[in-house]
Amino acid sequence: MSSIAISANNLTRYFGNTPVVRQVSFDIPTGTVTGLLGLNGAGKSTLIKMLMGLLAPTRGSCSVLGVDSTLLTPSTRARIGYTIEGHFAYGRMTVRESEQFQSDSFPNWNPTLFQNTIERFGIRPTARIRTLSRGQRAGVSIALTLSSDPELLILDDPALGLDPVSRRALNETILEFMESGERTVLLSSHLLDDIERVTDRVLVMVDGRILVNSSVSAFLERVSIWTCDSSDEPRQLPCIPGLIHAFRTGRRLTLVVVDVDQESEAAMARIGGSSLTRSDSSFDESVIAYLSRSRSSQSFLTKNATATATL
Amino acid sequence: MAFTIRIVAGSTAPIYRQIVDQVTRGVASGELSVGESVPSVRQLARELVINPNTVAKAYAELVDSGFLETQAGKGFFVAKRRQVYTKAERLRRIDESIDQLVNQTLVLDIEPEEIVQRLQDRFEKHLKPASD
Repeated sequence: MSSIAISANNLTRYFGNTPVVRQVSFDIPTGTVTGLLGLNGAGKSTLIKMLMGLLAPTRGSCSVLGVDSTLLTPSTRARIGYTIEGHFAYGRMTVRESEQFQSDSFPNWNPTLFQNTIERFGIRPTARIRTLSRGQRAGVSIALTLSSDPELLILDDPALGLDPVSRRALNETILEFMESGERTVLLSSHLLDDIERVTDRVLVMVDGRILVNSSVSAFLERVSIWTCDSSDEPRQLPCIPGLIHAFRTGRRLTLVVVDVDQESEAAMARIGGSSLTRSDSSFDESVIAYLSRSRSSQSFLTKNATATATL
Repeated sequence: MAFTIRIVAGSTAPIYRQIVDQVTRGVASGELSVGESVPSVRQLARELVINPNTVAKAYAELVDSGFLETQAGKGFFVAKRRQVYTKAERLRRIDESIDQLVNQTLVLDIEPEEIVQRLQDRFEKHLKPASD
């Protein structure tokens, strides 16, 4: 087995004239859980569809389990578990019937894993799908995907709309699936606390680009938050190397910076003077700082982190 | 009284750092005694519902700094405390933290006496085994 489970190389996709995924390159090592984070519309689902060979790249390429995504054969696909956003299931079937329906397509079906997974979500096998709660339907969908014993699991926003108990069941299921150390998971999500718990690595996608590709702990250690008093009228922010995001609450200016060095600290000291103080950032603060950039780009931050910004 | 590790997501401390800090404090307070076993990587990961690599990373750091030792096939145990750093190096490291504390004290305009009192309280809290 190759030690890279997913690879993207300069992957780009346009819809009409609009670039949705832009020159994305990354490798996901086998045996890791990677979280794919981004606002709605950042290009996460488009990226995942290209990985699965359901959309052709406009430029660049990607591969899963060492096979180019545009050339996936049914036997390679059978080694990949993929759930689309929204946990689609046939409402008229019972849980047991949908297991039979699904298992027909997979040679390595694992009935015990299916049983254990639905039990964890508190689902009876005789229940009809349409009578299940949203969390339970997610449980069925995850169980159907996992029980084919895939080497690679790709989950598109599996936690959407789940209650806390179902979220925990989902996290436990993903972690148990990973215990052998040979399987790989890529999941997109908006639940930052869960991502911090479950994943090894994060990819942060903003406006079709991957801006962060890092282990969770290194990411946390690289980002810091600086606050200072700055009562000046709106003006140009000077160039601060590594600036991710800046915002103002009253007289207080907050700057979120990655890989702070002497140069960036000096630049911030010129704005804040002695009022400048540093604090560590939490995982969600760091991610939100990256994600806020795209929202605020038209107001005072241009797309380049080191570019001059107007405040 | 079983030693329990609790973690929170969304803190400024990475999860692996929270585990390291709690085990370190458990050893310092005597809540964890020498030779006592700690949960296996897999077991703790399951209990806390976190990625096992995060636990493994924390344990590796605890082994490096001499708080835990590993016995092949048996898991991780609280090690007999050996100092990996010389006294001079330990003092240099603690001085760095003290300098930071002094700076903050001045910036925040707090009386030195109050800081000393708070430090003492903190030590008493951490060095006595928690009673519950």
